[in-house]
Amino acid sequence: MSPLAQCLSFSCLLFGVGLAGALTRRNAILVLVGIELMLNAANLNFIAFWRFGPHPEQLTGILFAIFSIGIAAAETAVGLALIITIYRHRGSTNLDDLTSLKG
Amino acid sequence: MGTAFCIAALLTLLGGVGSMCFRNLVHCAFALAVSFVGLAACYLLLGAEFVGFAQVLVYVGAVAILIVIAMLLTRNIESKHEPLVAGGWVMGVCVAVLASGSLILCVVNSSVVQGPVSARPTMSTRALGEQLMGDYVMALEGIGLLLTASLIGAVVIALREKEER
Repeated sequence: MSPLAQCLSFSCLLFGVGLAGALTRRNAILVLVGIELMLNAANLNFIAFWRFGPHPEQLTGILFAIFSIGIAAAETAVGLALIITIYRHRGSTNLDDLTSLKG
Repeated sequence: MGTAFCIAALLTLLGGVGSMCFRNLVHCAFALAVSFVGLAACYLLLGAEFVGFAQVLVYVGAVAILIVIAMLLTRNIESKHEPLVAGGWVMGVCVAVLASGSLILCVVNSSVVQGPVSARPTMSTRALGEQLMGDYVMALEGIGLLLTASLIGAVVIALREKEER
């Protein structure tokens, strides 16, 4: 396997771990953690394509990864604020208890 | 790919699996921090020093701590008797395995990944700063605006509401 394929396979595995966690855990915070892992896997792809792509002297991949890290930080802050608000209203962060929109 | 990269990748994956599997939430947060450190090591080994250090600064320094604080504020250490995962977790794991497996199959069979490997690029932080202040200055301003908006939004959302009478 070429180095790029190894990097991309590693990031696919990381994405799978995050997806499995986000789909199966009952705690809202851990679902957010799973989403963070998936975002990190995407970031690794940016860096891998920059490093092994045809034009590594252009810094586009690096810059995209930096902006992506910034957006992920904003997303985490708002997500955790939402979870804290949900906890305050419902007394729980267990996703199985939050069924008031269920038809 | 050297041994160092394999070790860092293994550390990242183990941290990720740990952060999704531990019962105690604080252990999950520490495993997540380990995973982020491993990923930062991967970035360093790939030659993206600035992104590696930004990863340590933002993820290990801020996001992991933020998650720990949120766990402390919501104060629900999961009890030993409750099931760890939601109902229908088999389906969730199957979806994740299918998604990951099909992605890896596509990657391995793709012609894009077979290109020649270029030499390790030299990335100077100076060039990065010049790019950020030159071509990408609007994007930089935009992300500054986004971070300010999300800061205000997070404060407003988490603000304790007045009791309704």
